[in-house]
Amino acid sequence: MPRPANQPNVRVVTLKIDDLDLSAREDETIIEVCRENKIPIPSLCYLDGLSTWGACRLCVVELEGQNRLTAACSTRVAEGMQIHTNTERLQRYRRTIIELLFAERSHICSVCVSNGHCELQSLAQRCGVDHVRVPYRQAAYPVDSSHEMFRLDHNRCVLCTRCVRVCDEIEGAHTWDVMGRGSDCRVITDLALPWGESETCTGCGKCVQVCPTGALVKQGTSVGEMVKDQHFLPILARRRHAR
Amino acid sequence: MHLEDLAEKAAEFRAEEAAIQREVRVCMAASCQSSGSLAVMDALKDACGDGNGTCHVKGVGCMGLCSAGPLVAVADKDCGLDASLLYRDVTPNDAPDIMGSVCGAPVERLRCPTDQPFFARQHKIVLENSGIIDPDSFKNYVAAGGYAGMVRALSEMTPADVLREVTTSGLRGRGGGGYPTGLKWSTVAKMPAGQKYVICNADEGDPGAFMDRAVLESDPHRVLEGMAIAAYAIGANKGYIYVRAEYPLAVERLQTALRKAKRAGFLGNKIADTQFNFEIEIRLGAGAFVCGEETALMASIEGLRGQPRPRPPYPAESGLWGCPTLINNVETFANIAPIVREGGDWFASIGTERSKGTKVFALAGKIHNTGLIEVPMGTKLRDIIEIIGGGIPDDKSFKAVQTGGPSGGCIPDRHLDIPVDYDSLKTLGTMMGSGGMIVMDETSCMVDVARYFMEFCMTESCGKCIPCRTGTWQMHSLLDRIAKSQGTQADLALLEELCEVVQATSLCGLGQTAPNPVLSTLRYFRDEYEEKLQLPTS
Amino acid sequence: MSNDPTSTGHKITVATTWLDGCSGCHMSFLDMDERLIALADQIDIVYSPLVDTKELPEQVDVGILEGSISSDDDLEKAKEFRQHCKLLISLGDCAVNGNVPSMRNHFKLADVMDRAYRENVTLQPQIPVHGVPNLLGTVKPIHGVVAVDLFVPGCPPHADAIWYVLSELIEGRTPDPSQVTRFGA
Ligand SMILES: Cc1cc2nc3c(=O)[nH]c(=O)nc-3n(C[C@H](O)[C@H](O)[C@H](O)COP(=O)(O)O)c2cc1C
Ligand code: SF4
Ligand code: SF4
Ligand code: SF4
Ligand code: FES
Repeated sequence: MPRPANQPNVRVVTLKIDDLDLSAREDETIIEVCRENKIPIPSLCYLDGLSTWGACRLCVVELEGQNRLTAACSTRVAEGMQIHTNTERLQRYRRTIIELLFAERSHICSVCVSNGHCELQSLAQRCGVDHVRVPYRQAAYPVDSSHEMFRLDHNRCVLCTRCVRVCDEIEGAHTWDVMGRGSDCRVITDLALPWGESETCTGCGKCVQVCPTGALVKQGTSVGEMVKDQHFLPILARRRHAR
Repeated sequence: MHLEDLAEKAAEFRAEEAAIQREVRVCMAASCQSSGSLAVMDALKDACGDGNGTCHVKGVGCMGLCSAGPLVAVADKDCGLDASLLYRDVTPNDAPDIMGSVCGAPVERLRCPTDQPFFARQHKIVLENSGIIDPDSFKNYVAAGGYAGMVRALSEMTPADVLREVTTSGLRGRGGGGYPTGLKWSTVAKMPAGQKYVICNADEGDPGAFMDRAVLESDPHRVLEGMAIAAYAIGANKGYIYVRAEYPLAVERLQTALRKAKRAGFLGNKIADTQFNFEIEIRLGAGAFVCGEETALMASIEGLRGQPRPRPPYPAESGLWGCPTLINNVETFANIAPIVREGGDWFASIGTERSKGTKVFALAGKIHNTGLIEVPMGTKLRDIIEIIGGGIPDDKSFKAVQTGGPSGGCIPDRHLDIPVDYDSLKTLGTMMGSGGMIVMDETSCMVDVARYFMEFCMTESCGKCIPCRTGTWQMHSLLDRIAKSQGTQADLALLEELCEVVQATSLCGLGQTAPNPVLSTLRYFRDEYEEKLQLPTS
Repeated sequence: MSNDPTSTGHKITVATTWLDGCSGCHMSFLDMDERLIALADQIDIVYSPLVDTKELPEQVDVGILEGSISSDDDLEKAKEFRQHCKLLISLGDCAVNGNVPSMRNHFKLADVMDRAYRENVTLQPQIPVHGVPNLLGTVKPIHGVVAVDLFVPGCPPHADAIWYVLSELIEGRTPDPSQVTRFGA
């Protein structure tokens, strides 16, 4: 979660993550503490510098003394918390969630410009998803190539809304939004106009850089060529808040 | 204003009615309207003429036995003004006969006995005025003791007193979860003073549920009164009623009630001549089931896409526009005025150890008496179905009752003797939900039932989180295969696994509970699934 | 797998075939180069497009399938492999997830055929019917029609990945292909 550069009166708490004793500021989320301490937690919708969305559910962790799972990206740490980030059950759930994503749209990596630089692809590998047990949904979605610099392929979109958030929160253009329900949700530009006709888009390209998959890419890239750079995000986010 | 002043007013309104010798009440709730009660009302008015002021035809709210509508009740002074005579399936042609009959010689062919268990076994708190007063009449409501709870709270109680009564009452939220209402109110009350909101959740989207609609259509002031008391207790000055646009009649009646309450000084500034200000706005929902979920509902009021967000923070801490917000269900608010009026102890004396008061249920499906009932918590399911509901029609046998809508589950015959409350239903793998009860007979296929509810969840999933959005799609397609006898043992195993993942990982209640109908039918009717499976081919 | 060639005295038998794929996975297999020689000491390829045998033996230890299930013929072969092989491996993305062949799933089969054999053909446009297997309406990964024991994604999986998987099997261990390959690799 983006936060003011200096906050008065934040307490420090101690907690245990996977048998590691750690301390953290009480306004940090579990995922932030894990990232700081190099404890890997899979995530997709979370991105340092953007507001919390809590939608992909890949970051769920177990809290001792609590039955329900907790999303690490949207839960703040607390004194004495005991967190398990990688139990057999969590691994199984995460694999299933990733499989569900692959089956939802057409993620055919071999012909994707993001092949080799895709977060979904590497998540699958890291979580041990080597095939998808559920049937593929086989629904076709359009591709919008109307923008002079960028392209949107709904078939590769995982609906993480990073594009929506970065455009709204960092670029301030709010070109993106989400329409529809369920698996037929779609990200749209300017009330579902073709992106190229958008009056709000400044062409800054931030959405393309934060998109985890090959859904948003630069025009003219070929298979495997689309490398993304998300470096700018936490820096911009912090500068914005410092002001 | 003091209670005595209000009592005086109520007496005055009652006196106005005193000249009426005979009052004819026609149900004007949506269900009876759809079976033609408007025409019946007109015919009765014609037959009554001006009646020299001694005869009065009025539209009232739901009388409960919706399957027998249009319902007409006749209250004759000579026979005592309680509506002892009820007529069912009334047509406009029956109007002259009804008006021509005299006390003691009713129109036998239309009679609907009110001493039958359907009526006799009920206990009405929420629906106490329903079917008796004219929902559009402020005077009727006050004459029936309305706003006494609010005036009492404002003039004789501190906010802390109100909180104490509500906590003592043991009332739990009627919107499904059963969260203790007193605790919720106290939490919002404890938040630092400043802008706070009260929201009434009238989005009622469960298939087969129409309890909240009936309350709004039959007795809208009761909800406003409950909200005003809540606002006083927690320190809010603004309220919203989020009601689905598919309930036009409820919206209309709410608007009328709001207007009249305001004109009477019971809403707005300096309510009942105290320093308390509270106003209410209506917001229409566009019919997405998920907008009944509290965080999605608030997003929708704010003009955003109706999608849930992670909790905490809970609305009590950070709700509408980031302000502390109290959100309760229609029926929850409808219980408040009686609790303040009669005291928390009185309410707590009704019901079971951990579930107090009454519950309104909408009986539907394969059952004789479909309609709306209100029974004390702890009533046996068997009594509700066999006695109040009149059992299963067409000589069929009972198979299961579904409670809790798409978040709930099915209860088979062998568990019918449990007393209904939040906890007992939970142990059976279902939940109270908002109060829909769908009865199924021997001809119902439980795989179909599960598939139906899964289809509902799939189409209503907001699409925010992955497990619910695509998990419901996958579970639905698996159920579809099994229902069509194309599924295999592996499909069933996958279905069960998806149930577990979706339940455990979904963001909001919709996804978390979407597998419940499958899990509960699997728990009690697994054989029906297995009968439909294909044998492995090799 | 428990077949330790040294203890049972005979080599592990392996059968391979390609279904709807580009044969790239088989080429990648050959890319193991000199390691093939070492492999030949441990395994016996009893049926494959790479060797001459035309009959799938009754009992095979390991079956390897490349390509997706796109036609009647693919379906038959997959079933046959499942029936005769103790351990069945999906090799490559087409086998594992449908990959490029499955891209036609978004269209009606008839439209796809029209596009391929009529719209884009100038000379004697006609849809072939003789001597070609019937195409299925939906392309599926192998495990969409028969049970598969091991999945080796990649387009094609690198020779090193195939080497790793086979070596592990020979050693009697269960390989974890995610360590060495992924979708699209
Ligand atoms: C998907 C979903 C739909 C819901 N729909 C409703 C509804 O229609 N009406 C309602 O009162 N509560 C509904 N709820 C429950 C509300 O989120 C909330 O808990 C309730 O309004 C609180 O009021 P109560 O404490 O009086 O029960 C729903 C919850 C979920 C998860
Ligand atoms: S290019 Fe920049 S302005 Fe345009 S949609 Fe993307 S983030 Fe928004
Ligand atoms: S286009 Fe990319 S960033 Fe936007 S929602 Fe889809 S996957 Fe996420
Ligand atoms: S559980 Fe379903 S309805 Fe709830 S947030 Fe997730 S997708 Fe939306
Ligand atoms: S990273 Fe936490 S829900 Fe997506």
